[in-house]
Amino acid sequence: MKFAIIVFPGSNCDHDAYHVAKHVLGQEADYVWHKEVSLKGFDCVILPGGFSYGDYLRTGAIARFSPVMSAVVDFAGKGGLVLGICNGFQILTEAGLLPGVLMRNKGLKFICSQVKLKVENNSTPFTNQYKPAEITDIPIAHADGSYFAEKDTIKLLEDTGRIVFRYCDANGQASDSANPNGSINNIAAIVNEKGNVMGTMPHPERACEADLGSAGGLSVFKSILRGFLK
Amino acid sequence: MTINKQVIKEHGLSDGEYARITAILGREPNLLELGIFSVMWSEHCSYKSSRIHLRNFPTKGPAVIQGPGENAGVVDIGGELAVVFKMESHNHPSFIEPYQGAATGVGGILRDVFTMGARPVASLNSLRFGSFENKKTAHLVEGVAAGIAGYGNCMGVPTVGGEVYFNDCYNGNCLVNAMTVGLLKKDKIFKGNASGIGNPVIYVGSKTGRDGIHGATMASDVFGEGGEERRPTVQVGDPFAEKLLLEACLELFKTDYVVGIQDMGAAGLTSSSVEMASRGGMGMEIDMDLVPRREEGMSAYEIMLSESQERMLLVAKKGAEEEVEKIFRKWDLDVSVIGRVVEGGSIQIFEHGKLTAEIPVKALTDDAPLYDRPSKRPDYQDELQRLDITTVPLPKDLNDTLLKLVSSGNIASKEFIYRQYDHMVRTDTVVPPGSDAAIVRIKGTDKAIAMTVDCNPVYCYLDPFRGGVIAVAEAARNLAVSGASPLALTDCLNFGNPERPEVMWQIKEAIGGIREACLALGVPVIGGNVSLYNETSGKAIHPTPTIGMVGLIDDMKYRATQWFKNAGDDIFIIGAIGKGIGGSEYLRVIHGLEKGGAPDIDLATEKKVQDACLHAIKAGIIVSAHDLSEGGLAVGITEACFNPEKLFGASVDFEMGDLRPDELLFGEAQSRIIVSVNKKDVKRLEEICVGAGAVLRRIGKVTKEPQLTINGFISADVSVLISAWKETLPAFIHNSKAGV
Repeated sequence: MKFAIIVFPGSNCDHDAYHVAKHVLGQEADYVWHKEVSLKGFDCVILPGGFSYGDYLRTGAIARFSPVMSAVVDFAGKGGLVLGICNGFQILTEAGLLPGVLMRNKGLKFICSQVKLKVENNSTPFTNQYKPAEITDIPIAHADGSYFAEKDTIKLLEDTGRIVFRYCDANGQASDSANPNGSINNIAAIVNEKGNVMGTMPHPERACEADLGSAGGLSVFKSILRGFLK
Repeated sequence: MTINKQVIKEHGLSDGEYARITAILGREPNLLELGIFSVMWSEHCSYKSSRIHLRNFPTKGPAVIQGPGENAGVVDIGGELAVVFKMESHNHPSFIEPYQGAATGVGGILRDVFTMGARPVASLNSLRFGSFENKKTAHLVEGVAAGIAGYGNCMGVPTVGGEVYFNDCYNGNCLVNAMTVGLLKKDKIFKGNASGIGNPVIYVGSKTGRDGIHGATMASDVFGEGGEERRPTVQVGDPFAEKLLLEACLELFKTDYVVGIQDMGAAGLTSSSVEMASRGGMGMEIDMDLVPRREEGMSAYEIMLSESQERMLLVAKKGAEEEVEKIFRKWDLDVSVIGRVVEGGSIQIFEHGKLTAEIPVKALTDDAPLYDRPSKRPDYQDELQRLDITTVPLPKDLNDTLLKLVSSGNIASKEFIYRQYDHMVRTDTVVPPGSDAAIVRIKGTDKAIAMTVDCNPVYCYLDPFRGGVIAVAEAARNLAVSGASPLALTDCLNFGNPERPEVMWQIKEAIGGIREACLALGVPVIGGNVSLYNETSGKAIHPTPTIGMVGLIDDMKYRATQWFKNAGDDIFIIGAIGKGIGGSEYLRVIHGLEKGGAPDIDLATEKKVQDACLHAIKAGIIVSAHDLSEGGLAVGITEACFNPEKLFGASVDFEMGDLRPDELLFGEAQSRIIVSVNKKDVKRLEEICVGAGAVLRRIGKVTKEPQLTINGFISADVSVLISAWKETLPAFIHNSKAGV
């Protein structure tokens, strides 16, 4: 299968996503410059982490106007798989492909750390290789990762299984102390209504090889691949 | 403005230096020329007080591709690859405006590395602040950490390691030394060289503003009261612009249009144009009207002396102008041909069509003033080195002493700081911050590089020569315990005012010590930086020659971290137990003494110990290896128990001879490494140590229960120790904010 890695000015996890798709997964991958207008020939689109437009104005707020974003919206509309990681998640919320917003962390500081996540829904195209309620290790690295949405939206997300990962402790409890950034209900990753667009603050592409301390994110990419091979 | 004595003084030039300028020009300089001489002859740019001593460093070695003198040094790591690295200080700006000072320090060192053609793959930093009691410390810690994070994270370069020290001597001058390591292909190295008559000189990056004018001169002066008034001389960083500049430059380097390139760092357009012309043995003419500017009405003086960030100067092949411009436009960066390379060896500056300054470039670089300043061993030095151990009372409760030490500022966990740094981006960090050295893998190979920064300023204060030796030895030891052979080092020599003979003595001694250790351990110096005048109201910092060292791991399967991993493993010390408590954190923290000289060190022994450890790691028998440094044996073993995955304990008991308990537990004898190994590998470890000529002694075993016992003196709960160790820094910052 073929992955598109979108490169915005200021993206900096583009190489990492490419490495996983190409060298860990052994699939095809190409960088797509943000001024491109077509995503023809790609099977999955990744909006990588980083600081698109320097996070100026608001994270993701300028990148959503990049020419490639119309193509991303079309791609998602047709059911294509779109994965937004960290800044990619922020861009997806700004672009309206996912609900809610990512606010400044509760401690007001950038946090780079391994965290534990509970897989809340393992039937999405991004998580079908995880066991039900599996606890996994994937790192975070962000200053603006506190997920917020209106009450009704949160209820809808909870009721319809759209919360994919939740920050948890070693026992799988979504406790306050296990919540690194102040996200509502410890939300770390969500999907859209159709389930084909996922936004995640934790970086699965940083946890695909044991040498890096955890391979807990590899199942995200294996899940994507499995959906394609089926 | 007429040039009078006052103006000359404000430019930091002595009467003698001014006379020399008029002799060179054969006339009085105009203000622009005076400004150019001022920054190029500043200590910061010219190294006029240190240069004759820096020549003593060994700079050659079989792997050295580029030694000192370029933007950064380059070392061969086999195959088609080389690593590029350098460390630089941003002390003065960081004290005045910590966030921007530290941020632009990171920005500057990153540019130094990518201007060589390398992609930066890791950054480190060495930070020194005043004591916890000093009112300004918390503010500086927070600002500096946030500034480094703000810039480095946005650049997508992981900040993988460093050190943080607290000491009264930095109350009036914090130190921010930033280091970056890059990777490039050996046949694609770019240098700051202007050659080829008629070749275009191209300005790329951000526009020039009025910020940072005379930053280099500020960095070459002491602070008096009210140093904060110099805030306008601190530059403001834009990491997003630099990220674009990085990608654009790397794209450009794939072409063959570039003749030479240099970043506009200290002294901005002046130093980049002058140094490039000087290295190429050429002249250069540049036109102020063509320089992209942020605001109207800037004078040539302001343009030439601005230290606006995220700018590069490059010389391209004639005819390639359009292709070069196309690449920078793609990345939305300013690009402008502002001049060309000419014959004659002078820098010629034009404004509104008129020649407004002309200076021979060699006069500004190679022929800049050079001082052999007088030096004198301080009168207080003998007293510092004297210590009668019988006058030091033995603490009643040694468990409490251990707890105080692990929770003291210099030994406590620095996670509060490094978790603000993205240390994982680029997915190569196989050993993150927290162990003795950070390790970054090189994709597509089995190799990895290990890196560390080190300097114990108390040792350097008590004995600058031996302090210099130990800084190098400890850096190499940190690499050895990680499984890496040292390749080369870069240094940041931070001292007080060199016009004081006592400070000059410290500089000479420290350089001598570094040289001796480099020769004994076979580690060349490939670049660095000197930061003098780190003193406020007549009080200098402790001599702080920070060493940044990079080592190579041929096969990354064979690497080590400092943490115990299996209960039942045997614990050994490679190296002698050693006497003495001079210069220790124990003396400083528990007894309030900075005394007793620096610990003894024998470099031949040091080499044997490191070789033995390295050999054992490569043999695959080492489960953990940890260098013993601040806090000595007791703290070293405690740290080894703090495995981030799972706490361990240790049961240590061995024959201690005639040592006092505090010497045994907390003395900082050098050349010691603690390792843990599985029982089945003990024999092999013994053989390796015999082969290397290193002393080996079994001292105990790793236990499942997180309980630490040492020779009946220590019996402590490791979970209590780790809580205290982790809590120190967050509590200090929290309490400072709350005004406690």
